[in-house]
Amino acid sequence: MADAGVAVNRQPGAATARVASRTPWSDRAWSALLWGVMTLFLVNVALMIAAVATNSFASRWLGTWLPQGWTAKWYLDAWKEFQLANILWVTVEVVFAVVFLSLLIGVPAAYTLARRNFVGKRALMLLFLLPLMVPPITYGIPLATVLYQAHLGGTLAGVILANLIPAAPFVILVMTPFIEQIDPNLESAARVFGASTPRVFVHVLVPLLAPGILAASLLVLVRTIALFELTFLTAGPDSQTLVVALYYAVFAAGVRAPQSVDAMAMIYMLVTLVWLLIALRFVNPTQLVSRVKENPGGAL
Amino acid sequence: MSATQATTAELRAPRAPFDRALLLVVPATVFMLALFIYPFVYGLILSFEPPQGGWLANYQKFFTTDNLWTTIGKTLQLALPATIINVGVALPIAYKMRVRSRWQRIVTTLLVVPITLGTVLIAEGMLTYFGPKGWLAQFLQLTHIYEGAIRLTHNYWGVLISLVISGFPFAFLLILSYVTGIDPVLARAASTLGADSKAQFRHIYLPLLAPGLAMCFCLAFVQAFSVFPSAVLLGAPAGPTRVISIAAYEAAFEQYDYSLASAIAMIMGFVQLVIVAFVLSLRNWFYKGPVTGGKG
Repeated sequence: MADAGVAVNRQPGAATARVASRTPWSDRAWSALLWGVMTLFLVNVALMIAAVATNSFASRWLGTWLPQGWTAKWYLDAWKEFQLANILWVTVEVVFAVVFLSLLIGVPAAYTLARRNFVGKRALMLLFLLPLMVPPITYGIPLATVLYQAHLGGTLAGVILANLIPAAPFVILVMTPFIEQIDPNLESAARVFGASTPRVFVHVLVPLLAPGILAASLLVLVRTIALFELTFLTAGPDSQTLVVALYYAVFAAGVRAPQSVDAMAMIYMLVTLVWLLIALRFVNPTQLVSRVKENPGGAL
Repeated sequence: MSATQATTAELRAPRAPFDRALLLVVPATVFMLALFIYPFVYGLILSFEPPQGGWLANYQKFFTTDNLWTTIGKTLQLALPATIINVGVALPIAYKMRVRSRWQRIVTTLLVVPITLGTVLIAEGMLTYFGPKGWLAQFLQLTHIYEGAIRLTHNYWGVLISLVISGFPFAFLLILSYVTGIDPVLARAASTLGADSKAQFRHIYLPLLAPGLAMCFCLAFVQAFSVFPSAVLLGAPAGPTRVISIAAYEAAFEQYDYSLASAIAMIMGFVQLVIVAFVLSLRNWFYKGPVTGGKG
């Protein structure tokens, strides 16, 4: 992602370093405090994940530092007990369908919003921003009601449709700045040679947009795996994704061995982390929470 | 089609007098209208059509039933402190990390993990780690920092901690993207005029960050306000952490009263909109100016 600001950003860094050598005591204490808070946070989150990992391999662990013995049987248990194979397959189906469909409707819309000015454009932008500003539970409950009336509630199709509501606007918001960067002359040139709109899309825009599309699809993928509320409200017994199955497993914790639940949590975490690591090779971490706005002029 | 329009249109699309590019936005618009606006309007109308009683019966019931109207207060008691902690702590740390460095990359990468793991996994992890026999309790008792019984799960604090764990990284990354979007030349100009680091922050960065901070506060608040899985798994869903989303869920899927559930969802959306509107108006009061140095 365009790091136009790097060269310039170095200089204020050097300046603060020079100033730091004669900073007063209070500034150093403030700096140490901030690092302390950050470290405390990260260490506790890391230990929390480590505790889940340890418990998932523990044969028996009650109030001691480490479990009494180690075993991998909980993973087998989780696999059989929770029908994980089935749940994983549903998750894959939902996630890939959401990524594909959100790109299919999101990229063309982003193209028009980036290139054209028309009446009602601001209203449309608002329409695409709203689902990201309203909590999922608020619109999830009326949505679930409507989906159940249309006999889509509890089905795979219903879950995919529900997950598309935040995904499609997200694709639009991520893709619009990418499309704005592409020189419109390239499209004009293609059109001069008689290319139709679909051909311009396939032969000119999609290849040029490949990095943006890759980034958008990975972001949607990671977000969809973790999206709980909408899937929870619309899923039936056969259309649960991993995160909803995990919720039910924790919810019914008294029934099942905690190690078995933790084994499932580990599987969920590994699935997410693999995709997250892939995503982080191509996207900036800040993109996961905000939309990209590469602005070469402003980024200096 | 007039002559002047035709010339540009012909250059762009010789065979299409109508700008067919506008059609590309149709599928997304239809989708959003059908699956976002329609259910919302449907829910709004449904909330005024209770199975019995007048058209306001659901709202009357909400504001007169004790375990319904109190959920607003309980939700705000969780969501507001969590949002203030998240944004308040994330701002100085993100400001500190505004200079691109290896540390910035490492910390941002590490912080992405809690976001993507999601609230359910954080809840499960917290039950194990913060539980009465977890590592934290053992550590505190071993080092004699705190001797009493440690109760950080199945109560208010458990939910608040989980909101901080999932919300702080979100606020940090968002603010970081706003801070790095501000032209550092402005701060350098101020420093040549003799502004120290505190003055630079107060008079350069803070005013430019105000719109971004308001946005970040709203987004973080929306997340915290709709807290559901952690309030059930980590809190006391019958008592102090019976948040409004639990009430809505129970009405819809346990009592099958979709009308009341829609009413609760609408109240939830309304309360959240009031807070968002208040924060955004606060921003206007705080800073008015033509310069926008931030992104987004």
